Amino acid sequence: MTLTITAQTISTKSIEQLNELSGENVKLCMQCATCTGMCPMTAEMDLSPRKVMHLAQFGMLDRLSDSNTWWKCASCHACTVRCPRGIDIAKVMEALRQRVLRTNKNYIEPSALPAERIAELPQIAMVAAFRKLTS
Amino acid sequence: MKISYYPGCTLKSKAANLEAAAVAALAALGIDVEEIDRWNCCGAVFSLTADDLVHQVGPVRNLIRAKEKGAAQLLTLCSMCYNTLARANRIMRDDAVKRDTINRFMDDEIDYAGEVEVVHMLTFLEREVGWQKIREKVRVPLEGLRVAPYYGCTLQRPAEVGIEPFGSFNLMTGLLTALGATVTPFDAADKCCGSYQVLNGEAGARSTAAVIVDRAAAAGAEALATSCPLCEYNLGKQQGRLLEAGQITTAVPTFYFTQLLAVALGVAPESCLFELNDPASLDLLKTKNCLVAA
Repeated sequence: MTLTITAQTISTKSIEQLNELSGENVKLCMQCATCTGMCPMTAEMDLSPRKVMHLAQFGMLDRLSDSNTWWKCASCHACTVRCPRGIDIAKVMEALRQRVLRTNKNYIEPSALPAERIAELPQIAMVAAFRKLTS
Repeated sequence: MKISYYPGCTLKSKAANLEAAAVAALAALGIDVEEIDRWNCCGAVFSLTADDLVHQVGPVRNLIRAKEKGAAQLLTLCSMCYNTLARANRIMRDDAVKRDTINRFMDDEIDYAGEVEVVHMLTFLEREVGWQKIREKVRVPLEGLRVAPYYGCTLQRPAEVGIEPFGSFNLMTGLLTALGATVTPFDAADKCCGSYQVLNGEAGARSTAAVIVDRAAAAGAEALATSCPLCEYNLGKQQGRLLEAGQITTAVPTFYFTQLLAVALGVAPESCLFELNDPASLDLLKTKNCLVAA
């Protein structure tokens, strides 16, 4: 992944917004990729958690908007507990999800769930998925 | 001894086996479980954004119900309920600004400042009963049953609410050892089962679940012990599908740790609602002679 970084591509406002929403400081990341190594969902992600953190550090949220990474995050906190810089990466992923969900957009459609799935899924699966992936 | 108890929604239906076995086992240990009044959903997942307080209202309301009863501790069984309640409790205890906002928002409730301790049953068993006493009460030792303790995510992460440090599995190991089982550690005991991602394309959750079952089988485990209904769904109820798809080769039946505790204490299998597990689970206990004689 080649990044062209200029004064125009870096958005300090986006970095501030993301930090405010997550309560974290993405600039602390030193790109060691421990998060990627810990993440159980990387096979499903188009950008690894490390790459997401890299783009987030430059406030390149437009570049991130097509990524599925934070939608595939299971909020398992494996990255968080091992981050040597102490960043709660799960909170950064949540902030990226919430930026979209708060514009009244759903990532999954509850109404599209087949009745037989609803019948077998534990309630916590549905409550959790709707909280994380719908507005 | 009496303990206040928060069940959570799944334990009243799809995971009624987790609750039924726990209540029966605790009764056998001389502990009376008192369900708190008018409890509501814990929210299942903890809100991670800094400005989202409205989603803390649900879990905090449950903690207020426990405080109203005069409870010092609130017992939870489900890992996700434990995590959500314990994290909300820390906000109320440690963050004066957020505590004040939440208390004022719920002005028809008594003020709450984290007075109740949220305690998971594994912690409770070790602290209030002790492995030695449990060992003495075992009527049907789980001899020859090789069980892998599986914690998943929410019992241990994040560290501030972990029932024990990330990477250590002493509580479930202590319990299973006291029950006479052979504890089979494996290297995916704290790996995420895929969680709610099972509703988001499913493939991801299934492949993570397959890795966990596979590694447990490779370590020689015959059974997996868990405390989370979502883990039990992804690893247990979905296991037949993983086998069919060739994603795993060996079945490793799943149990709630409360079910293993109950059967070892001599609780009748009917009281542990094994019909809510995959049929392989009860079959394994029968084969291993781990059930009390009818």
